[in-house]
Amino acid sequence: MGISMKDQTAANKHPKAGKKPSRELEAVTIRFAGDSGDGIQLTGGQFTNSTAALGNDLSTLPDYPAEIRAPAGSLPGVSGFQIQFSSRKVLTPGDRPQVLVAFNPAALKVNLKSLEPGALIIANKDAFGEANLKKAAYEKNPLEDGSLSAYRVLAVEMTHLTEHALADLKLARPQVERCKNFFALGIMYWIYERPLEPTQAWIRGKFAKRPELMEANLRALQAGHVYAETAEIFEHTYRVKRAPIRPGRYRNIMGNEAAALGLVAASRLAKKELYLGSYPITPATEILQFLSGYKGHRVKVLQAEDEIAAVCSSIGASFAGCLAATSTSGPGLALKSEAMGLAVITELPLVIINVQRGGPSTGLPTKTEQADLFQAIFGRNGESPLVVLAAATPSDCFTMTVEAARIAIKYMTPVVMLSDGYLANGSEPWRVPTLDELPKFEVPSAGEPAGFAPYKRDPKTLSRPWAVPGMPGFEHRIGGLEKQDVTGSVSYDADNHERMSRLRAEKIARVADEIPSTQVLGQPSGKVLVVGWGSTYGAITAAVQSLQAEGQPVSSIHLRNLWPLPPDLGSILKRFERVLVPEINLGQLLFLLRERYLLPAVGLNKVKGQPFRVDEVRQGILEQLQAKG
Amino acid sequence: MTDKNAPVEKKPLTRQDFVSNQSVRWCPGCGDYAILAVVQKTLAAVGIPREKTVIVSGIGCSSRFPYYVNSYGFHTIHGRAPAVATGVKLANPDLQVWVVTGDGDGLAIGGNHMHHILRRNPNIKILLFNNRIYGLTKGQYSPTSEKGKITKSSPAGTIERPVNALRFALAAEAPFVARAVDTDIVTMGNVLERAARHKGVSFVELYQNCVVFNDGAFEEVEDSATRDDFTLKLEQGKPLIFGKAKDRGIRLREGRPEVVTFKPGEPPKDILVHDEQALPSYQYMLTQLEPPDFPAPVGVFRAVSEATLEDLMESQFKAAMKPGADDLYKLMCGRDTWEIQ
Repeated sequence: MGISMKDQTAANKHPKAGKKPSRELEAVTIRFAGDSGDGIQLTGGQFTNSTAALGNDLSTLPDYPAEIRAPAGSLPGVSGFQIQFSSRKVLTPGDRPQVLVAFNPAALKVNLKSLEPGALIIANKDAFGEANLKKAAYEKNPLEDGSLSAYRVLAVEMTHLTEHALADLKLARPQVERCKNFFALGIMYWIYERPLEPTQAWIRGKFAKRPELMEANLRALQAGHVYAETAEIFEHTYRVKRAPIRPGRYRNIMGNEAAALGLVAASRLAKKELYLGSYPITPATEILQFLSGYKGHRVKVLQAEDEIAAVCSSIGASFAGCLAATSTSGPGLALKSEAMGLAVITELPLVIINVQRGGPSTGLPTKTEQADLFQAIFGRNGESPLVVLAAATPSDCFTMTVEAARIAIKYMTPVVMLSDGYLANGSEPWRVPTLDELPKFEVPSAGEPAGFAPYKRDPKTLSRPWAVPGMPGFEHRIGGLEKQDVTGSVSYDADNHERMSRLRAEKIARVADEIPSTQVLGQPSGKVLVVGWGSTYGAITAAVQSLQAEGQPVSSIHLRNLWPLPPDLGSILKRFERVLVPEINLGQLLFLLRERYLLPAVGLNKVKGQPFRVDEVRQGILEQLQAKG
Repeated sequence: MTDKNAPVEKKPLTRQDFVSNQSVRWCPGCGDYAILAVVQKTLAAVGIPREKTVIVSGIGCSSRFPYYVNSYGFHTIHGRAPAVATGVKLANPDLQVWVVTGDGDGLAIGGNHMHHILRRNPNIKILLFNNRIYGLTKGQYSPTSEKGKITKSSPAGTIERPVNALRFALAAEAPFVARAVDTDIVTMGNVLERAARHKGVSFVELYQNCVVFNDGAFEEVEDSATRDDFTLKLEQGKPLIFGKAKDRGIRLREGRPEVVTFKPGEPPKDILVHDEQALPSYQYMLTQLEPPDFPAPVGVFRAVSEATLEDLMESQFKAAMKPGADDLYKLMCGRDTWEIQ
């Protein structure tokens, strides 16, 4: 099937002028999948940008292998990118894709079981040769053997058609092949009536210095678009209307970039220079990478020799007056625990961003989990209280990082901000806030040299003064040995140790005064209350809302403050007959709630390295709704 | 190599200005007392105000040091002082930062961090008190304990080859490497002042006698009867001559050092001349000189100039400084945004 240049030009002028009828959809979930070398994440990212530009709400989830480049065509090498977009509020990247774009047999095999019944599969027919089928452990070609009869299958010769469109460009074959993802993108843009312009602009910028590649990718995109319009395969195009979204300037944001930006914003609010000590670790590394690029903002970044040095250098920077942070994932948090105890006893502000992944040990580095809650709250020697917060969505990583820094400084304490792999790499539209929309920071004053004592506390917050080297008259020594109350001198006195232990605990307990009243989604009392924290927010909220729409007596709350817990939590929990706690772990918040409030709460637990699907949470809630007694 | 920007207080500082109100609690006769006094004197001589001085330590006997100096101080956790100090220095390059550590703190649990601070070259002064034993935990062998040493944790003698602190520092290409002995406070004073004025990371090994758990570890170089014969004082541009009568020197024979004896005042021409800027292989050779076959060299082994970590960081900030480069809203918007009306 050939496509003439004339056709392309016509389509370029009228990119939405498809002659086929258009149907309206409320929400669509699409998954792109292929080799990690196929440019899947890039393709997904482009689709996301074009979708965002249309004003749809959306949520995305990349899913890539732990190996940098697993063998091409192999099952472990499959990389995926999922997006749900809608004319309503979108809470998750979608349970089951209605469309799978599969660039090879392995991508089809890995993703088939997660598709919605009757889903559309758009496969690159050219990649279903004998060798690739064998690598994916297919005995027969699934595109031909009838095994996909439950789906709508569209086998497109993407590679061939791309080659055809680029025939006169005299490019090497691998370069031509690499353009096929834009061909696929062109098809998707036509089906879902997305504009080509954002991607065309991106290609022009990206390949400004390689005009032949610019032309090749533009042509591939166009060719895919024209193919979809011309081929007698699609009966309709689909339209997803603009979502009702608060006016403002938006961007698409992933959790790790949001956390990095949160630190920069916090440093501006605190009027302190920002310091990050960090060590690369999946899935937190990007926080280090983003911050090391912000040279114009004077972000001081040390890529330390290990996790311990990373946090220790941050503690040193905090002592010397920076807003200091460290970013890590579970195994790194374990290594940092002794130093976090040092920050507890020296009462220095410190933000620890922990992007959770599957554990224990090295575990599942690229997969998500919520199993570091205990480690964050309790994982240190001695009575070692600190504050633990958790972000609920990718953009909430910004909000909660700012909040972590605000509390760390106001209370002179380390604060752990929990994110996870799902939030780190997932994305959603974010209305970019201005500084004056963000909370004010209170920085503990050092007072006057005359009455200064390093552990003389603010009577309200119990925080100690932050006197930093360079300030004359405030010279003092701190360290990991127990401190004498007020003076901060080394003390082995028994009564003093108990007093200081209780003071440190009380200081953290008082952070509860900062927590806004807990918002209940739904009725303030009833049969079932779902209690979530962290990245399960989207799945829980979508499940609860759908059941509420059916008239079911279920409500939900979502915790962002994990330690201390919100002061009104106990009274809310008691207003419901049953409490269900969905977590991507074996029941850690559940344990806390049962211990704290002596409630027979039950867990809904999953540890598969994957987030909850909405239907899984729905099912768990339904079981509670139907339970007797 | 001298930090010319070091601010100097108007009223000259004295040692007493750096004495804190804490009573010093080391064992009677511990070498640490002498080192403390010389450090306080050095801080006064260098003249950087107390409020701009930060002493950072890890864990061990030596690490009580910050409590005894009236400046800012941070007694951190075992082995991590170099990392904490690096954070202090990067946060505020205007501060004078010293690290006090020991053979266990700096070369066992903290060996990794020691390597990296020497490699990164922040302008931080590192004093490694080497007593070849674990004192605070009451007498186990340390990574510098000699092979075969009998201690509480090596009742049949250690079976590990010790690490040489200076070779460790030279392997990390530390730009300033020196050694002094707790009983020779004149040399120690000179070495510490050189270290303090060197712009860059300075590593000083201090032979320090632990009277309780390892008395006499450096007997040849500490005993007044033998020390002249077992100490080689390094001086830039001067031949390697030692001995009570200044009648012995070091030369190379087939690539190996050897002691040559001569008539005082008439040294042979092939005696090596000390060069702090020579290739590290020369300095490495010096570290191999050990009693009883050789004298132990003391003084500055190596002093070369190299850009500091904090200056390089600042130069990257300067390079990025353009109008609007610190626009936070622009940063938060990223590359692609859209308006919802």
